[in-house]
Amino acid sequence: MRWINWHLTKRDRLIAGGAPILLLVVIYLITALQRHAANPSDKILPLPSGMASAITALLTTPDPLSGHLVFWADTFASLQRLGLGLGIATLFALVLGLLIGALPPVRATLSPLVTGIAVIPPIALLPILFIALGLGETSKVVLIAIGVAPVMVRDIAAHVGSLPREQIIKAETLGANSWQIIARVALPQAMPRLLQAIRLALGPAWVFLISAEAVASDIGLGYRIFLVRRYLAMDVIIPYVAWIALLAILIDVTLAAISRRAFPWAHGEGR
Amino acid sequence: MSNALSALLSLRNVWVEYGDKVVLEKVNLEVTEGAFLSIIGPSGAGKSSLLRLILGQEAPTRGKILLDGAPLKPECGPDRGVVFQRYSVFPHMTVLGNVTFGLECPAAPFAARLFGTARRKAEAQATEMLEAVGLADSLHLYPAQMSGGMQQRLAIAQALIKRPRILLLDEPFGALDPGIRADMHGLITRLWRDYALTVVMVTHDIKEAFTLGTRVLALDKRRHDPHAPHRYGATAVYDLPLRGPPVPAPEPQPEPVAATH
Repeated sequence: MRWINWHLTKRDRLIAGGAPILLLVVIYLITALQRHAANPSDKILPLPSGMASAITALLTTPDPLSGHLVFWADTFASLQRLGLGLGIATLFALVLGLLIGALPPVRATLSPLVTGIAVIPPIALLPILFIALGLGETSKVVLIAIGVAPVMVRDIAAHVGSLPREQIIKAETLGANSWQIIARVALPQAMPRLLQAIRLALGPAWVFLISAEAVASDIGLGYRIFLVRRYLAMDVIIPYVAWIALLAILIDVTLAAISRRAFPWAHGEGR
Repeated sequence: MSNALSALLSLRNVWVEYGDKVVLEKVNLEVTEGAFLSIIGPSGAGKSSLLRLILGQEAPTRGKILLDGAPLKPECGPDRGVVFQRYSVFPHMTVLGNVTFGLECPAAPFAARLFGTARRKAEAQATEMLEAVGLADSLHLYPAQMSGGMQQRLAIAQALIKRPRILLLDEPFGALDPGIRADMHGLITRLWRDYALTVVMVTHDIKEAFTLGTRVLALDKRRHDPHAPHRYGATAVYDLPLRGPPVPAPEPQPEPVAATH
């Protein structure tokens, strides 16, 4: 049988997908054990027990300065920035994407600007944002928004622009005006694509979040990682990175589930 | 072409040119109310261009188009309904939603949807229309859950709910298999008679053109320049009035068909 036709059962897929992850964990454990056998106070590859005790401390001991539990405070601060930044970007993507995609005059006016902003590397804007908006929350949120919005706007605009011409003509013959076509034909069909765009933007959004937190912050997952780096505290960094990965996966899975629940017609249900 | 005064739709010396490419030239056409006009012709003979002109999707380069005696605006409007070969229905609306949408548009210019009693009334009217095309059992399905034939039934219902002056059909049955196509022929003939429609249908299928139409118009190029084939456009080379409505009595099946295909 050809490889392209070799479909696995659900159980086999789980085994196949889990194997490389398990392999990496095992390699890590063996290497860590070897290093600890040679040097019991090794910091570079901490053992699970070391990571557990470091994280337990961050989970249970309040920070002497702020009184917060550090781990949860970091998580909340980062998720808030991520949520705000992505939320603003999503709003822009929806409004601008619909208008640019559906209305030729708006497309002619705004499309070059959006394209221009999209080609600027967002990190290059970070100093400008810090200077203009200060080192507080605003500049971090704006970095995420500016970083992901142009791509999302262009994606939604392209999707709306590529709706079959027949559909738009049909709506016109049903007496729909421009607003009704945007609201009833373009918007609902852009929604699943918007969720898809958010899922794809999550990766870059995390990059911008961690970058902004690394440069100037006093709380957040990225801040903590770059802070404890000074003490080679791999027992904190590795669990934090794993936690970030877990959060990212959870958000992605949630968005995918929302899309399937809310827009069954876009996922070929029933046929 | 005699009764120019009573014509519902008239095209007077209409040309369509894209740059130096001539697609249609000197098209003169009068369509009377209640006619079923089939337009046939080889690929590239401007059948679809002609339909786009009547639809208002394009304006003629030269000439005039009159609907009910008034010049046609180069924009689609609710007085002309259309069914395309594909993509005529909205994939994100249910069958009922697809048909109700046409009633919501004029009634709710800002909210773009109806609520409460007005909505129930519109839905009742849409349901009635859907019963007439045999989709009474599929009100809450999405188009992707239906066969091609059912989707075209939906597209027809969607267009007819607006009571258009002219119904335009662009190869409406071209993608359907023969058995279903015969059902659809029965359906469109019945609707044409029951609703006193004026229909303009573009088709590849010559047999279909003659079975359904009360008049068949063949488009082709009259002249051909082998060195510059694009310089001559197509026009009506044959205009055949057929007598009376097409094969009236024996319909393939009785009243609303439960569309099970």
